[in-house]
Amino acid sequence: MNRIAFGLIGASAFAAAAFAVPAMAQDITIASAGPMTGQYAAFGMQLRRGAEMAVADINARGGVLGRKLKLEIGDDACDPKQAVAVANQLATKKVAFVAGHFCSSSSIPASQIYNESGILQITPASTNPRLTDEAAAKGWNNVFRTCGRDDAQGTIAGQWLAKNYKGKKVAVIHDKSTYGKGLADETKKAMNAAGLTEAMYEAITQGDKDFTALISKMKAGGIDVIYHGGYHTEGGLIVRQAREQGLRAVFVSGDALVDNEYWKITGAAGQGTIMTFAPDPRKSQNAKGIVEKFKAQGYDPEGYTLYTYAAIQVWAAAAEKTKSLDVNKLSAAIRGNKFTTVLGDLQYDKKGDVSNAKYVFYIWDNGEYKEVPNMGS
Amino acid sequence: MEYFVQQLINGLTLGAIYALIAIGYTMVYGIIGMINFAHGEIYMIGAFLAVIAFTGLGIIGLTWVPAAIIVVLLIAMFFTAAYGWTVERIAYRPLRGSHRLAPLISAIGMSIFLQNYVQIAQGAKIKPLPPVVQGNIPLMESASGFTVSISYLQLIIILLTVGLMLGFTYLIQRTSLGRSQRACEQDLKMASLLGVDVDRTISLTFVMGAALAAVAGVMITMYYGVIDFFIGFLAGVKAFTAAVLGGIGSLPGAMLGGLLIGLIEAFWSAYFSVEYKDVATFVILVVVLIFRPTGLLGRPEVEKV
Repeated sequence: MNRIAFGLIGASAFAAAAFAVPAMAQDITIASAGPMTGQYAAFGMQLRRGAEMAVADINARGGVLGRKLKLEIGDDACDPKQAVAVANQLATKKVAFVAGHFCSSSSIPASQIYNESGILQITPASTNPRLTDEAAAKGWNNVFRTCGRDDAQGTIAGQWLAKNYKGKKVAVIHDKSTYGKGLADETKKAMNAAGLTEAMYEAITQGDKDFTALISKMKAGGIDVIYHGGYHTEGGLIVRQAREQGLRAVFVSGDALVDNEYWKITGAAGQGTIMTFAPDPRKSQNAKGIVEKFKAQGYDPEGYTLYTYAAIQVWAAAAEKTKSLDVNKLSAAIRGNKFTTVLGDLQYDKKGDVSNAKYVFYIWDNGEYKEVPNMGS
Repeated sequence: MEYFVQQLINGLTLGAIYALIAIGYTMVYGIIGMINFAHGEIYMIGAFLAVIAFTGLGIIGLTWVPAAIIVVLLIAMFFTAAYGWTVERIAYRPLRGSHRLAPLISAIGMSIFLQNYVQIAQGAKIKPLPPVVQGNIPLMESASGFTVSISYLQLIIILLTVGLMLGFTYLIQRTSLGRSQRACEQDLKMASLLGVDVDRTISLTFVMGAALAAVAGVMITMYYGVIDFFIGFLAGVKAFTAAVLGGIGSLPGAMLGGLLIGLIEAFWSAYFSVEYKDVATFVILVVVLIFRPTGLLGRPEVEKV
């Protein structure tokens, strides 16, 4: 009796598996990876929302190459070691494409795994120049981005600082991460070249909460402007603690502040924070319908949400064009070509960077970041 | 001079928080010779309870700040203590008397479990708390216009910590519970033979350690205004270091160690570089341990026969 029952269960399980397999073979698995947990989880959420919406929209239009897309989410917690583990996991799941990661320090080590496994990687948010520079130097062809680069971002910030704070005391601080240090150093380089030398250069630790000692130091040094290369959690705490100690220096930072979580940390102390980021993608003509769809779901597609959406669009368009999922063919199709995405037209150069990427200034005002026209010039 | 005083205030505040957490490590080690690696997570839970309690009080409309802080402290201490008690009951007591490493591994497991539990129950995003107590008292001003100030919160943290330390020392030195704890510390088996309820004493030790960690959690939530499920790790490591520096197992040692680490971090940041403050802390720890292997105030362990 028992044996028969087992046999039946076995047979039905087998039947279920047999039915399931052909249905799954039709799907193309793609992935998005970023910090879904940890202190930068707000950005992981942006990536996930963007990817989910893109996959749903593409599937509604019939998928890619007539096949439906299935989305995998990888969580690297912005930790390089975990990023490599996630990349290996995604490679064994045979994903066709990865829209990720978020942190540059994750994207760079992960790109090697994707290269070895023949997976196309388009990062929506990693702005460190090394990502595509090193890939190009090694002759890899699988690494792309939809965002700009920190050498561009740092240059505009550095020149602006040199121009507007001539003779004032600038403190440059970074969080030792690939992104944070990279951006701070690019800014410093541009600022120095334009004739302004920083009064202080310090490094903080990611995850630290107490910056009171640093702030007293800046206060004693009479700092007028703080340039911060790093993420919104540390940036927010620095501003909050600075205002508490009565340090009124202007706070300037980069694109890792683009989440309203920044304001939740700073409260009113964040008023007047200046940051650099690409022109607000939510205002792009192509994004109109999608932004409304996000808002109907009660989600504001801020920061890198639409960049992730665009990364999947670029991949899907290249796959349709080449009628293939092969990384070499896709790569050749993207390089040097123009793609119409939710962000507008993206023109790719030979290295995999967007050559028409732009950076502009924003100011935080009452819980929102607003673009400041003509501030960089 | 003014700059020195300001950094002293910064360092003392940070050190007070470390000391509160360090006591939990040192008491448990003193009594059962085990390092409770889940203690940092207990502190994190205290911080989350603070956010929940403040939000709850906001909803029911209790907004008079001193009352709100006291109520939040009591709520956080009560529930965190319950967590501390449960962790001991589930994860450590069944392993008592087994191999020395077993409860250590169990503690690491508990730490991972609590972290993931909070992450799932409360979400992975950071939890901000709007400023509860604002403002500061200017103390002095230098000729160059640098004002030294102590914020009300820094004052509260330092005073509360000093008060708790005094109360705690009294508890250990003068009450019957303290006597049982000291007896258990000296010899667990002998204490039980002489009629000390060992299980109860150990449970209460965990409860007390957790309650102090909860105070630290509430303070840190108000001071920095933002917490996440991962804060227990870094704070736990620092507080554990403080306990080792002061001499693990020694109560005044934990207090001294906590304050020293806070001060080292602040002064190293102030006069050298912020970048290497953690390196400085650990170098000093290593140097102290070379010359005094049992820490600053620790007594050498007597081999019991």
